[in-house]
Amino acid sequence: MSGAVAGARRPGGATGVRPAVRAVPRRRVPHRIAVVGAGMAAARFARQVLALVPEGRVRVTLYGAEPYAPYNRALLAGLLGGRYPSGALALPTGGAVVRTGTEVVAVDPDARTLRTAGGESAAYDTLVLATGAAPVLPDLPGLYTASGALKGGVHPLRTLGDRARITADARAGGAAVVVGGGVLGVGTAQALAGTGVVVHLVHSGPYLMDRYLDAGAAGTVRRTLASLGVTVHHDQGAAEVLGDDGRISGFRLSDGTRIDARTAVLACGVRPRTGLARAAGLAVSTGVVVDDTLATSAPHVYAIGDCAEHRNLLHGRAEAAWEQADALAAALAARLSGTRAEPRCPAPPVLLRLVAGPLDVAAFGDSTASCDDTEVVSLADATRGTYRKLVLRAGVPVGAILVGDLTAVGEVGDAVTRGEPPAGDALDLLVGESYP
Amino acid sequence: MTLTGMTPAAQPADTHCPYCSLQCGMRLRRVVSPPPDGPGVAVEERPEFPVNRGALCGKGRSATAVLAPGVRLTAPLVRDRRTGRLREADWDEALDRAAGGLADAAARYGRDAAGVFGGGGLTNEKAYLLGKFARVVLRTANIDYNGRFCMSSAAAAQRAAFGLDRGLPFPLADIARTGCLILVGGNPADTMPPAMRYFQGQQAAGGKLVVVDPRRTRTAETADLHLRPAPGTDLALALGLLHLVVAEGRVDEEFVAARTTGWEQAHAAAMAHWPERVERITGVPVAALRRAVELFCDAPTGMVLTARGGEQHSKGVDTVGAWINLCLATGHAGRPFSGYGCLTGQGNGQGGREHGQKADQLPGYRSITDPAARAHVARVWGVDPDTLPGPGRSAYELLDTLGTDGGVRALLLMGSNPVVSAPHASHVTERLRALDSLVVCDVVRSETAELADVVLPTAQWAEEEGTMTNLEGRVILRRAALAPPPGVRTDLDVLHGLAERLGVEKGFPTAAEEVFEELREASAGGQADYSGISYARIRAEDGVFWPCPSAEVGRRPHPGTPRLFHDRFATPDGRARFADVSHRPAAEEPDAEYPLRLTTGRVLAHYQSGAQTRRTPELQRAAPGPFVELHPRLAARLGVAEGAPLTVTSRRGTVTAPARVSDRIRPDTVFMPFHWPGPGRANTLTNPALDPVSRMPEFKVCAVRVEAADAGAGAGEER
Repeated sequence: MSGAVAGARRPGGATGVRPAVRAVPRRRVPHRIAVVGAGMAAARFARQVLALVPEGRVRVTLYGAEPYAPYNRALLAGLLGGRYPSGALALPTGGAVVRTGTEVVAVDPDARTLRTAGGESAAYDTLVLATGAAPVLPDLPGLYTASGALKGGVHPLRTLGDRARITADARAGGAAVVVGGGVLGVGTAQALAGTGVVVHLVHSGPYLMDRYLDAGAAGTVRRTLASLGVTVHHDQGAAEVLGDDGRISGFRLSDGTRIDARTAVLACGVRPRTGLARAAGLAVSTGVVVDDTLATSAPHVYAIGDCAEHRNLLHGRAEAAWEQADALAAALAARLSGTRAEPRCPAPPVLLRLVAGPLDVAAFGDSTASCDDTEVVSLADATRGTYRKLVLRAGVPVGAILVGDLTAVGEVGDAVTRGEPPAGDALDLLVGESYP
Repeated sequence: MTLTGMTPAAQPADTHCPYCSLQCGMRLRRVVSPPPDGPGVAVEERPEFPVNRGALCGKGRSATAVLAPGVRLTAPLVRDRRTGRLREADWDEALDRAAGGLADAAARYGRDAAGVFGGGGLTNEKAYLLGKFARVVLRTANIDYNGRFCMSSAAAAQRAAFGLDRGLPFPLADIARTGCLILVGGNPADTMPPAMRYFQGQQAAGGKLVVVDPRRTRTAETADLHLRPAPGTDLALALGLLHLVVAEGRVDEEFVAARTTGWEQAHAAAMAHWPERVERITGVPVAALRRAVELFCDAPTGMVLTARGGEQHSKGVDTVGAWINLCLATGHAGRPFSGYGCLTGQGNGQGGREHGQKADQLPGYRSITDPAARAHVARVWGVDPDTLPGPGRSAYELLDTLGTDGGVRALLLMGSNPVVSAPHASHVTERLRALDSLVVCDVVRSETAELADVVLPTAQWAEEEGTMTNLEGRVILRRAALAPPPGVRTDLDVLHGLAERLGVEKGFPTAAEEVFEELREASAGGQADYSGISYARIRAEDGVFWPCPSAEVGRRPHPGTPRLFHDRFATPDGRARFADVSHRPAAEEPDAEYPLRLTTGRVLAHYQSGAQTRRTPELQRAAPGPFVELHPRLAARLGVAEGAPLTVTSRRGTVTAPARVSDRIRPDTVFMPFHWPGPGRANTLTNPALDPVSRMPEFKVCAVRVEAADAGAGAGEER
């Protein structure tokens, strides 16, 4: 039969008479990009790469362990506080294939394949690790039940599921305790207080958000929280989770204070999810190590977002994840279109930005520096709940904190990012130009 | 030749200002014994005209200056083949040269090598006939116009969202009755002062005005809230506001369900632009974003109006789409005193984009690729539809390829001055010089006319009849107050003369009303349907809003359509479409070498490329030259004081102009007005990166470096 097949030319196809210029167009096999994770970095990357590459040239598949399509995790505290009444935080994915509830359990960078928890195997041309970070759970007596689960009423706040469980428990009555006075803890305390819950915020550090704020700024935040009905316990570790029968009834703090509570939110930071990368033999420090092009130590494997560690830094902010996703998408799109472009891991522009009800806080750069070689310009107005500080080194802004009045947030952020000396009065920069 | 259609009026003529899209009504009265070097008419107020109710700005009041004999061209010019200089010629010689150049190019390189470039200041009749000239006489695909640089992004976004593009879907007076008005990238206090009465009226009635502008303009100064995003970030701003609308539960779910489609994607896009991120992109504090949403959502009615500031970007269409999304999500659309609108710029920016001088378009806002549209228009023109060319190059692409292989080799240019007004103007100048033949029809010897092989002096607004369509979609009638001076012909005469020389004797009437009668028929059944409008009706009603189809015989005439979309949008299913958009950076973002953003715009005393206003002594005295506006902190860092000469350098060139130090601008941005040629020409710097849909160049943002100029360098004087 082979002769018959060879003779079965399509009309208009190559014949001996005319050159085959209009022969059957060569089918282009789409470049397969597998993204492990279906969080913010994954969604943004998918959307951008699909927008930039001509249709059909690339196929992007997102593998997410959660049962939800990608959503904006940065809004969870707001959702907890009753914002986003439609409940929908879904993000655009640009037409990527989204495999929800499909955890990837192994990657083979040599064979360029991955395997899912369901036993499915898939080949890829490029792999993007966007596995994110997992909440850190404190080592507290009484945190777990005998079966090893978190005690009833105790939750991290990292997923839509967490948020739903916290809301259900908080609605059932009783006070809530938030463990951890970082950005998420403060935002969560504000959100819960806004729904009428009595809230205790327990923080082991000397003052709130002490990694980025100074005592003055944190004091301003604390007063605002107090006005919302949040009791802040700082310099206080939670010593023990109380409650029998598998449910929380309260906390004992390190100074012995007892707080009755039916709900607890653990906001003790996050840790990059690196298990998959480590098992695949990739270089891992705290996070998956990436170079300036967001490439991991394995060929054709990149990492972006909360799981990635760049120059010993974990950025840990949605905005940084976003910018890494954009940079990688642009570079891969360029490469797939035949032009060459290396992605450049962008620098984190902001350290801290929290908007939660009346709380409005930003910190940039070396915000807590207090060495001999720095000069500080600060303005505090306790009556208005504002605190503003600019840190200069040799006349160049290197850090800033703004609380309560963020008129100058754009210019101050730019000034610190660019490191240009403010001509004229540094105070003018800090005050900004007020809006009508 | 005859001057048919020119009816010099002994009575004062009720007509309209020659400048912007407001088309203010004015009365021109003959001066009994004018001084020899002065104009023959004087401007008077005409309080009956509903748009400006008598108010005129300095440009309108001084508009007659350009009618004076010494200021304008009064004889054709041709480039002498021996000396290479322009010299006076008679009309026959000039028209022969012009027609010959177009014919030669077509003969040597093919029909598409003859091209046409029009303008948004031309009357509907001229725009219509210019399009017909290109398609029927030259049979070239290459016709476009400077309106591409003006409203094309808003036009594309409106068509996508509403199925129809009319600058304002309501009379201008309606804005005085809206509860909250967001004005994006517009400065009517300087660019269309007579419109300010409606903005002031809106606030006086308790309405709120939000102005979005990187500069604290005279308009922004009057606002209840002024948002100052970095140039090129309006798209993120609009998405951030939509995010907050969702976050605060202010979506008008009922409206969204009943009258729109595409909400799910728009919602998801908004979720990707959360306020803290938008603050970082735009520089606008979250608190200000919240305040804007509060004002817009608290108001029972709301409008968003965009102008060039939001539109002249390589993402202009998406930006306007995002603002339309905000209107749709809040139910501020398709209802009385609510909706999205575009503040059109040029005098006939609206009509000019409806009747066929756009590369992809036939009269009546028809698509040149639609077989039914081609058949209809071909029938009116008496030609075979198959002879009509397809879509041609957009304005910048047309200019960019002048004189190149496959590009236009001979160009007829009417009512535009791209040497000053096009982006990357030095390159465009070079391309114009590379033409085999350039024919310029203008009233003055513009910078572009200086490059021409043939310059044809044409009649001006006060000397001719014709219709204009203002920013509201109101078709109005320009009337002649005096005859053009000897040696000057109308643009319609020019087209007639050229068509005749190129072998088309019929179909190019010189009487405007006769052209309009044909335009009515050509537009019938199109989106911009003028078929029910006549000169008599416009005279009687002082303007008629399109669409205005003709009534069947014996039926009441169609009243025209002052307000659109109250019952349904003009899409096939009657629903408005949300745009699926995401923020993206400008084509050129600041970097180490070019660390600042340049944005461009207009000043009170001048109009567009300044061809007319720079020739008006009182306007030129008020604003004699270009300048670079910069923040005091930036000025201090550069060590320059007010008035010091600065050089501004982009990847495309360097200009010099004096510093104007002002805290009205962001410290990361400098501003230059674009009215001047020479060493201070702002468009030497601007970036011709195009919007993928509208082909609008990115006039409003590019990366630059600013330095103190060496002592003795020219401080913006014209060469």
